[in-house]
Amino acid sequence: MAAQEQVLDPVHQFSINRIIHIDLNGIDASFTNASLYMIIVIALISLLMIAGTSGRALVPGRIQSLAEMAYEFTANMVRTTAGTAGMRFFPFIFSIFMFVLVSNLLGLLPYTFTVTSQIVVTFGLAATVMLLVILFGFYKHGVHFLKLFVPSGVPLPILIILVPIEIISFVSRVISLSVRLFANMLAGHITLQVFGFFMLALLGGGVWALLAPLPLLAAIAMFALELLVACLQAYVFAVLTSVYLNDALHPGH
Amino acid sequence: MDYTAAKYIGAGIAMIGSGAAAIGVGLIFGNFVSGALRNPSAAQGQFTNAIIGAALAEGLGIFAFLIAILLYLK
Repeated sequence: MAAQEQVLDPVHQFSINRIIHIDLNGIDASFTNASLYMIIVIALISLLMIAGTSGRALVPGRIQSLAEMAYEFTANMVRTTAGTAGMRFFPFIFSIFMFVLVSNLLGLLPYTFTVTSQIVVTFGLAATVMLLVILFGFYKHGVHFLKLFVPSGVPLPILIILVPIEIISFVSRVISLSVRLFANMLAGHITLQVFGFFMLALLGGGVWALLAPLPLLAAIAMFALELLVACLQAYVFAVLTSVYLNDALHPGH
Repeated sequence: MDYTAAKYIGAGIAMIGSGAAAIGVGLIFGNFVSGALRNPSAAQGQFTNAIIGAALAEGLGIFAFLIAILLYLK
């Protein structure tokens, strides 16, 4: 019965289990399955980049061309959205892009844990991005960074309304950036689970078992969509990061 | 109306926002494709803008979905 309840509960797959219990003066710093999968993700990325760059063949092999493709793709994206001045943030954006992409893709394998389906992880990433934007903006431009909230060439009466709106939209970027990735991953995995449950319910329903292949086909189609969403959301996260960093580089546009 | 029924109805109503976001994303990509067919050489440069627009439109639908899932699981 316990196994059946696991199937019925679509959010069971997102539960965090402690593997090694660590308690630091009342702060729960346990090594959980989320920590384990984060380490796996980092190890996979490091392995890909180390294996891809150690050969340095003139004609790249499979691993090397994968690493080069990832690099070129991200570098082009940063160059088109944030300009050559944005390339100083390339290591940061590349790390975020690869982390989100690999954890999204790893989470699609059955019985794995999706790190990016935890709001605390995506919020941590988004908060890091926005803190960097604010700190770098003030470091580079000083008080002129606040021109970001004051669009040029707008008459004063409209500015009174427009400036609070700009500030609210800037602050809500943290929420929208984190919730977009989190909710996309959550929704996708719940949908796959629900279609799997439909299949089991039909199989256990006598004659209705004849209809069981239909949810299977739907689940396969959904899985293909989820593959697209996993790559697209990593791309969107990286693009928006470089767009926001572009704001810090050139405020007042 | 009891609490559970109101909760589920509320979750269902909140999902209207997701449908509205779907209309928005469809408009963005539909217009992108129709623009790209008129001038295919300029399409490559605007693809990032289309993705950003779709992501922003989708984000608002995601908020609606989040409210629905919070209501559903509460």
